[in-house]
Amino acid sequence: MAKFTLQVNGQARTADVAPETPLLWVLRDNLDLVGTKFGCGVGQCRACTVHIGGQPVQACMTPVSSIGRKAVTTIEGLSANGTHPLQKAWCELDVAQCGYCQAGQLMTAAALLAENAKPSDEDIDNAMAGNICRCGTYLRIRAGIHRAAELTATGIATKKETAQ
Amino acid sequence: MNPYEAPSLTEFPTLDRRDFLRLTSFVGGGLVLGSFLKISGTAHAAEIAKTAPSGDFTPNAYVRLGLDGSITLICPRPDSGQGVKTSLPMILAEDLEVSWQSVTVQMADLNAVYGSQTAGGSTSTPTFYLLLRQLGTTARVMLIDAAAQTWGVPAAECFAEAASVHHKASKKSLPYRDLVAKAATLPVPDAKQAVLKDPKDFKLLGQRIGGVDNQKIVTGQNLFGLDFKLPGLVYAVFEKCPVFGGKVVSANLDRIKTLPGVKDAFIIDGTKDLRGLMPGVAILADSTWAAFSARRQLKVTWDEGAFANDSWDGFTKQAQDLAAKGTGNVVRKDGDVDAAFASAAKVVESAYSYPFISHANLEPQNCTASVTADRAEIWAPTQNPGAGADIVAKVLNIPKENITVHILRAGGGFGRRLSADFVIEAAAIAQKAGVPVKLVWSREDDLRHDHFRPGGFHFLKGSVDAAGKISGFRNHSVFFAGGLGADEFPSRFIPNHLGLSSVLPNNVPMGPWRAPGSCVFSFVYQSFIDELAHAAGRDPVEIRLELLGDKGMVPGTGERGTPYNAARMKAVVKLVAEKAGWGKKLPRGQGMGIAFHFSHRGYIAQVAEVTVSKSGDLKVDRVVCVSDVGSQIVNLSGAENQVEGSIVDGLSAAWRQELNIERGRIVESNLAEYQLIRMPDAPKKIECHFLKSDNPPTGLGEPVLPPLAPAVANAIFAATGKRIRQLPFAKTDLSWS
Ligand code: FES
Ligand code: FES
Repeated sequence: MAKFTLQVNGQARTADVAPETPLLWVLRDNLDLVGTKFGCGVGQCRACTVHIGGQPVQACMTPVSSIGRKAVTTIEGLSANGTHPLQKAWCELDVAQCGYCQAGQLMTAAALLAENAKPSDEDIDNAMAGNICRCGTYLRIRAGIHRAAELTATGIATKKETAQ
Repeated sequence: MNPYEAPSLTEFPTLDRRDFLRLTSFVGGGLVLGSFLKISGTAHAAEIAKTAPSGDFTPNAYVRLGLDGSITLICPRPDSGQGVKTSLPMILAEDLEVSWQSVTVQMADLNAVYGSQTAGGSTSTPTFYLLLRQLGTTARVMLIDAAAQTWGVPAAECFAEAASVHHKASKKSLPYRDLVAKAATLPVPDAKQAVLKDPKDFKLLGQRIGGVDNQKIVTGQNLFGLDFKLPGLVYAVFEKCPVFGGKVVSANLDRIKTLPGVKDAFIIDGTKDLRGLMPGVAILADSTWAAFSARRQLKVTWDEGAFANDSWDGFTKQAQDLAAKGTGNVVRKDGDVDAAFASAAKVVESAYSYPFISHANLEPQNCTASVTADRAEIWAPTQNPGAGADIVAKVLNIPKENITVHILRAGGGFGRRLSADFVIEAAAIAQKAGVPVKLVWSREDDLRHDHFRPGGFHFLKGSVDAAGKISGFRNHSVFFAGGLGADEFPSRFIPNHLGLSSVLPNNVPMGPWRAPGSCVFSFVYQSFIDELAHAAGRDPVEIRLELLGDKGMVPGTGERGTPYNAARMKAVVKLVAEKAGWGKKLPRGQGMGIAFHFSHRGYIAQVAEVTVSKSGDLKVDRVVCVSDVGSQIVNLSGAENQVEGSIVDGLSAAWRQELNIERGRIVESNLAEYQLIRMPDAPKKIECHFLKSDNPPTGLGEPVLPPLAPAVANAIFAATGKRIRQLPFAKTDLSWS
């Protein structure tokens, strides 16, 4: 066992765990951040996607000892109060069925939009291909990403108008 | 449970108010749930009155209006993504005349007041639609009465809207909040006498409403079974014999107990119930990871039992031998198939098969339990809380009234969580350990110890006569459980028909998988009908319409037979062909296929449009679906989500999913080998149409899935000339030149 202090959602959080413990279980069992989901444990479903240093990674494949001081963002920290454009779009389009995969979908999608503000269908398919949705909400996920891109674009447009 | 039979529709119990108060266990009483406290069936209304916050209006077990203006609607059945936690309360809200935004939805615990709480068989809508309309209406009528009495005017002059009662003439109005106390003192009218409002006045039903848990889902809040925690909880894993039905001989428990974080390790002897508590080794630790890590050091000596040599290849060989002998139970005999074949213009013979597959819920099975010698409290992501209580009572010998089951949101159901194996495992481990336990299955456990969708084999022979009509059909089905139903389509629609059924001896645990039976039968029969159409040189839509005939309602066979409304089916087939632009010329490598299926009271037809590259890469470009599930869609967004999900799921299952059995065990271990569909392979476009008919509204969790696989397989044939007779599709080389 060893003490690890992680920067999670802008806060320093400490856990006393075995060094090889995957970040997934540190988040879920030690830090009470249960939004990050366990689906396969072997990097195949991406239900466990979080951002480390802004990049989407599978928390089930990331030993806690490998993270250091890099910023970890989980679904709980994607926005202050559920107002990220993706979160808004997801509710507007009623994307979820069971909802279990959606934290991972949202985190992967957020990383995509951060790099590509107006992704094409193909961009989305490529970026999202690692994330399984067992319930089959893929069409709505794709639509949700387009909608979030649109919300972001119009949000910027509105701000500019206000500024003038 | 027969893996071919989903839970059936049960008559809703009629309860009077006194029964309700006796049974309600304080759903409307504001008592804090979550302790071991459980009200026995003998509790009296007076006792409840003592503990209930005074004056709340609880006219039935589903509606509670607080003095503070709160409106709480109770959902009786579990939600694993099929959307009932939203749709069922919507029905109440519609007739209660309250805005959806003002409502709080609460998931019920297991409670006899709700009748069957099993979310399976697409039964929730047909069971609850009328009942909840009546109960919502009754509550509204009582609030109107309370206002009318307050004002001293006839109730008939008042109406309710937006959680207020209004008096037309005087323009007076009172919010429900101010009527709660009075309404609570009024007698509850008989719900069956309720005069329901005209569906054309619906404000909420038929709208697109987002799921009630959406905000929690997108912000990652504690919601699912796996998220649940209790103080003092320990985490458990449970290793079972990889060979189905195997027993533990010994395990290196002493070593396991020395590993970091491990609190305990022991053998559970289990029972012989393949779908109940199987023997295994439990490891308890202070974190999930500690339990997972310790498990990697676990060495168990198993008694693998009598089935350790079973294999899929062996099963296939046995099925072929049976087919060659032609022996089986005769489940249907109409006319004379041999005469039909003898006089036929064309005879087609084909063998179809499909493998075992897993439900692969994305949330692996798990359950939290706190159990003593004679009490149990369970928190489960389940579709079937009643089965959980039943098995805990039976195996652990705990009185039913001492068992509480809390229903948590489940990360996918699809029939897997109708079983309660994970519930009894958690409960048995918790009882033995003497501490609250959260049992977590690994993905490998989940794949290898599923209650699988059964594989099967169908040996078919069919004929068309000189006029191009389907004249004879011989069907020898070889199953792993159950048997061929006498009414399985095209039974009842072909004059000369012989249905034979055989079952292979095996020890594989099986259970209902989304649209049990139908999910594979539709592939077999709707593909074979296409083969016959092709042999006859007929259009696949036209021959189907001819097959359905002009009989309208076709009765079922025997007492439990299901009537088949051929007129409803013809209507969806015609409409889907029209919407899809059936008959349009497509270049080689592109094709359209049609299929229809009736199950779970729903009549569904689909047209798939595919592109297959010369090298055999499949793309599903478009699926058009027409569903007749009665007169009213409850939540349009939820309904469309079920249609889209069923189509994607149907494609996922048919394309690459298969589990192989060797040496009595499942070969595949995780999602790298067991391949679920991903976004790039999902149909590019899904068009969802509802054909409203004058029939009671029915469920959508299952009936849309079955026709997808044959619609796509038939489209692949149209595109390439390659006929798929074996699932998954990936086993057939689709390249063409
Ligand atoms: S749980 Fe991490 S990829 Fe599946
Ligand atoms: S919504 Fe259920 S797995 Fe995606």
